[in-house]
Amino acid sequence: MRSNQVAVVGAAETTELGIIANMSQLQLHADAALNAIADAGLKLSDIDGFATAVETPQQVCHYLGIKPTWADGTSVGGCSFMLHVRHAAAAIEAGLCKTVLITHAESGKSMIGKAPRSIPADSLQGQFEAPFGVYGPPSMFPIPVLRFMKTYGITHEQLASVAVVQREWAAKNPRAMMKDPITVADVLNSRMIAYPLRLLQCCLVTDGGGALILTSADRARDFPRKPVYIMGTGESVETPMVSQMETFNSSRAFKTAGPLAFKEAGIAHKDVDHLMIYDAFAHLPLFGLGDLGFMPHEETGRFIADGNTRPGAKLPLNTNGGGLSYMHSGMYGMYALQESVRQMRGIAPAQVPNATISVCHGVGGMFAASGTIVFTNER
Amino acid sequence: MAEPQRARPKPTPETQHFWDGTKAGELRLQRCDACAHVYFPPRPFCPSCASRKVSTFKASGRGFLYSYVINHRPAAPGFTPPYAIAVVELAEGPRMMSNIIDCPQTPEALELDMKLEVAFQELDDTITLPVFRPAKG
Repeated sequence: MRSNQVAVVGAAETTELGIIANMSQLQLHADAALNAIADAGLKLSDIDGFATAVETPQQVCHYLGIKPTWADGTSVGGCSFMLHVRHAAAAIEAGLCKTVLITHAESGKSMIGKAPRSIPADSLQGQFEAPFGVYGPPSMFPIPVLRFMKTYGITHEQLASVAVVQREWAAKNPRAMMKDPITVADVLNSRMIAYPLRLLQCCLVTDGGGALILTSADRARDFPRKPVYIMGTGESVETPMVSQMETFNSSRAFKTAGPLAFKEAGIAHKDVDHLMIYDAFAHLPLFGLGDLGFMPHEETGRFIADGNTRPGAKLPLNTNGGGLSYMHSGMYGMYALQESVRQMRGIAPAQVPNATISVCHGVGGMFAASGTIVFTNER
Repeated sequence: MAEPQRARPKPTPETQHFWDGTKAGELRLQRCDACAHVYFPPRPFCPSCASRKVSTFKASGRGFLYSYVINHRPAAPGFTPPYAIAVVELAEGPRMMSNIIDCPQTPEALELDMKLEVAFQELDDTITLPVFRPAKG
């Protein structure tokens, strides 16, 4: 796909984030969509392409009154929205539609109008993982961590520092759920969830949503907001079973999606001004920094512990506070994308000065899928 | 009210031989007749070369502890926390999720790379689960 042919011209989260007890999941989709449409200065009737995950496109389109000529229901977990951006850019370039709306919403905390996740007993996961006591993401996502730590010499203190640094970013963000400063000792003394990970190394559980609007770069000039161009994209899937990953020393999906996006954007790692790596749990930024090629995996723990990703440092990472401190409704990828767009528009609460390239890297399931988007505000 | 039950696998036509194996006290894997690739979970073709000519065989039951978590909360139905959820790398190559028995569920006792051997835990009349214990000697 060619760089900078498609742009984000509308972006918004739900009016509230956190605990939203007065809205169903479907209404959260609508709330985010209406905010994004207002942000772009459009009418609902202008939308001719639509993508969402978990909920079906027909469900959300019917509710909103959208009549699309292109729909994408790719649902591969929390990075589905990165894949939607990639697919939407290709669809717009191919002339299948002109203006795409992508929505995410999840009543992750209040569970209003949200179907419970279940693992069928005759699925491969139901036969070969569920009987051994896995029960939700906290029991599954950290399974590779001890092997990763042993292979690369990562310490518990370094892994704890991920949460500490992200809390520093969250403190600058009025919409972040958790803003009080924490120390490595606080993290290592927090309640054990699934050894080696403790409470402060696990994502929040909240309600919320977000929506993006994309159109061709040529049309983007006529919109009220500064366009944010899609410079490069990548995606992949590996396995729904964490136990069957090729290796626990990296994620094959990360190593496929990330380099694809860098190559398509034609950028080197030193060109990246701002970075989002989906942090459902504290080890994900370490996997991401290594698998995206920023540095050898061995150096990732020390890199973060030494403060290289904190406010004012050379590689600003997860500048909204991340899934650990900003919010995490269950499929966080949309919020990472929203923060990249804010940074490229120059309006983020913790704005990185003069940032022109933002890399946004997502995970789906337990390393099951991945999507990477490179954004720029220069064409 | 009955105690909450541990998740119970329901075999499919492609996996029945595996569950027949555990019930008979065998850990069964599959090997491709064309390229010799050994793989898990079960399927009637080779995920490496796509050949449909594959054979089922009794694995050694030996392996080592590749990685694990010790789950504290939330606990799955039928489990008393803390309990380890392990991934075992088998001598034949494939990895599988399992539990470690006859071993304290602590970071000190559960050493990565420790040698393990398969054991069988009867769940009910039809399902027996493969679990692992520290290897003797």
